[in-house]
Amino acid sequence: MSHCRKRCKRQLIKVARYFYRFLTGTLTQDSIEDDFELSTVCHRPEGLEKLQEQTKFTKKELQVLYRGFKNECPSGVVNEDTFKIIYSQFFPQGDSSTYAHFLFEAFDTNKNGSVSFEDFVIGLSIILRGTINDRLNWAFNLYDLNKDGCITKEEMLDIMKSIYDMMGKYTYPCMQEDAPREHVENFFQKMDRNNDGVVTIDEFIESCQKDENIMQSMQLFDNVI
Amino acid sequence: MATGVAAWLPFARAAAIGWMPVANCPMPPAPREHSKKQDELIILNVSGRRFQTWRTTLDRYPDTLLGSTEKEFFYNEETKEYFFDRDPDAFRSVLNFYRTGKLHYPRYECISAYDEELAFFGIIPEIIGDCCYEEYKDRKRENAERLMDDQEENKDSRLPNMNFRETMWRAFENPHTSTMALVFYYVTGFFIAVSVITNVVETVPCGSTPNQKDVPCGERYTVAFFCMDTACVMIFTVEYLLRLFAAPSRYRFMRSVMSIIDVVAILPYYIGLVMTNNEDVSGAFVTLRVFRVFRIFKFSRHSQGLRILGYTLKSCASELGFLLFSLTMAIIIFATVMFYAEKGSSSSKFTSIPASFWYTIVTMTTLGYGDMVPKTIAGKIFGSICSLSGVLVIALPVPVIVSNFSRIYHQNQRADKRRAQKKARLARIRIAKKGSSNAYLQSKRNGLLNELLDLTVKEEEQHMNKTSSLLESQHHHLLHCLEKTTVTFIYFIVDDYGLQPMKTPKISFVDEQLYEQNCVEGAQFSRSPSLSSQDGFTGTCCTRRSRKRIPLPNASLSTTHTHTHTQGLQELSAIHIQCGDQPSLSTSRSSLNIKSSERSRINCRGQQITTAVISLPSPTNFPPDGDGHGLPNPLSTPPTINTTSSSNIVKVSAL
Repeated sequence: MSHCRKRCKRQLIKVARYFYRFLTGTLTQDSIEDDFELSTVCHRPEGLEKLQEQTKFTKKELQVLYRGFKNECPSGVVNEDTFKIIYSQFFPQGDSSTYAHFLFEAFDTNKNGSVSFEDFVIGLSIILRGTINDRLNWAFNLYDLNKDGCITKEEMLDIMKSIYDMMGKYTYPCMQEDAPREHVENFFQKMDRNNDGVVTIDEFIESCQKDENIMQSMQLFDNVI
Repeated sequence: MATGVAAWLPFARAAAIGWMPVANCPMPPAPREHSKKQDELIILNVSGRRFQTWRTTLDRYPDTLLGSTEKEFFYNEETKEYFFDRDPDAFRSVLNFYRTGKLHYPRYECISAYDEELAFFGIIPEIIGDCCYEEYKDRKRENAERLMDDQEENKDSRLPNMNFRETMWRAFENPHTSTMALVFYYVTGFFIAVSVITNVVETVPCGSTPNQKDVPCGERYTVAFFCMDTACVMIFTVEYLLRLFAAPSRYRFMRSVMSIIDVVAILPYYIGLVMTNNEDVSGAFVTLRVFRVFRIFKFSRHSQGLRILGYTLKSCASELGFLLFSLTMAIIIFATVMFYAEKGSSSSKFTSIPASFWYTIVTMTTLGYGDMVPKTIAGKIFGSICSLSGVLVIALPVPVIVSNFSRIYHQNQRADKRRAQKKARLARIRIAKKGSSNAYLQSKRNGLLNELLDLTVKEEEQHMNKTSSLLESQHHHLLHCLEKTTVTFIYFIVDDYGLQPMKTPKISFVDEQLYEQNCVEGAQFSRSPSLSSQDGFTGTCCTRRSRKRIPLPNASLSTTHTHTHTQGLQELSAIHIQCGDQPSLSTSRSSLNIKSSERSRINCRGQQITTAVISLPSPTNFPPDGDGHGLPNPLSTPPTINTTSSSNIVKVSAL
């Protein structure tokens, strides 16, 4: 009740102030008190040496990465929207926003809604310079949407749908409606050893290590940078 | 792929890790980087100002000059930098585009210079950022309008190969093209004025007859006015019919505003002629006379200011519409209010809302006739609010209309100014061009004199050599080669007629004035030709012709030439013969190179010219130096040729 009254009083004061300004002809002033949120958050990464310790990139590579990063995000952090925009530019024919969202979740290790350069570079380091196991771990982390240690069918379905969304509508042959679902079934057949409906990290790593294709494709990341 | 995020490609490729475990089939092999190039600094030297940037920055936009391998063409090995001979100020925006991904248009930059820079660097102007795009487009439109105006000027001066109809139309549209058109223009203007004044004076009360009240002049001198009216209408009708006949597109002409005004101006007269006897519609007939005042609009053909006003009104149609609409709204509101406010008072003039409209309009436009005034206090209050708001409502759209008018008016003034300046500009440019061609002629003369003395005196070359730059000499050599290319045959005429009158060649390569001048002066010198003077004349005469390298004349010359050839006539149409004591020439070319002193030996009998046939490909252009022309004669010719040539220039050249 008092809250209401306080709000009423505030509104009345605002109206009175408005009329006063109207009658005396003062020019409109920038209402500073309304802007509480800061427009720019500036984040600086920690030193180059520290990042070098944390990641497996050389100094030059870090410099190149940072220059690209800072160019797109002068404030030093990427928020999810910018992330999605940047990622969507690589996949113009489909909708990559869901997958970008999952990626964002995977990169944002401290869950603060923005990816700083450290998160970015640490993630990249694992993918591009890590061991096969590291990479598989990272991939598992990506799939495990609620980060509870196991992948359920629903989570996998979400991921699969997001991947198929990226393909877009214009494919040849035409995409079936239940293609993601089928794909998930295949995946679970392959991965789920004990058929309990979820895939744990050990099952995942074990199955992947047994699969030739996957092992080979993991080599692709060796010389991306 | 969208450029600008090329830096994030490694990230996108890394993010593909999410697809690997779920993929059913093996992945294709990744492309290998052949040279693991470290990111390096590139130096771009633009007219001395050095810009440095990373190579990857430039690689962001691979379809531009700097982003592709095209820049390798500009690579300077010694200094290890890329050198561009362009404007460094404009290059700033270009480089900033690579750095930030946004192209800005600097306001101080000339729009066409900027466009050229963008075109050079392979950047399409459409990607100019939103902040600068509007400005860019506005400037571009302005520039285009200006160029279009200039083009329209050029269209005016068309070749006189138009048929009668087209000439007439042109005379109508542009009275300054011919005197007839001007006369017609003024006559019609005069009659329009006469007609309008007649209409006005018709209604003035002239002296009154004793027993009647004042009668208007129209009724007193009916016949006179009728005759005047008839004359004017006849002129207008003739003018309209002529315009209709001459119009390139009659349908479009009939739809145009001016023609409608014309029709409206003359129609009442004809309708009046038809219906004079019918009493019932005479009332309507009187109304029709009102339309005669439309004749005054015919003046807009004569006055540019009126036309500008018309354009302005047309272009501000929406503002005028808004003005009207807002006024109507305000009038209705205030009329209603005033009516109800004044309803109470007795003997109020505000009898109904429409009656109050009149008061509202008069008040809002601050006229205030005073025939209707509110009497109640409420009425007075609302009346004052009404007049205050009237000022505002009218004042708002007016600046827009005024600025439009000002813009169009200045545009027109600019067009006129440009037209006036153009003539002066062209004249000045022509003078400058003549200067350069004179330089060519000079050097040619000197150059050929060089050839002349080549075989004989070597040391005289030095002082003959004019110091001309390498570029100049190369250019002159080019022109010379052209001359030589275009000569096939040279004929000389054996002419027994005596002093051949100056034959104006069918195709003259020579500048008109100079040619006539030479002809005249040449004749005077027929008795005593001196090398130098002949040099001068023929030099200019002959060499002049090289200036106009018009293919057309060439072709026709060739036809005449071949024509004469086949006919066996040894008449060279282009020979300008001038007889006089000609220094003699020997047959061989080298004889031409004899010194002046020797020439006097040769006896040329006044009006005698021998012909000499020179076949291809010995292009003997007539050496523009005075004498003769080198006619190396492969065919037989008498050792001493009484070739006149000397100042005749054999303008032979015709392919």
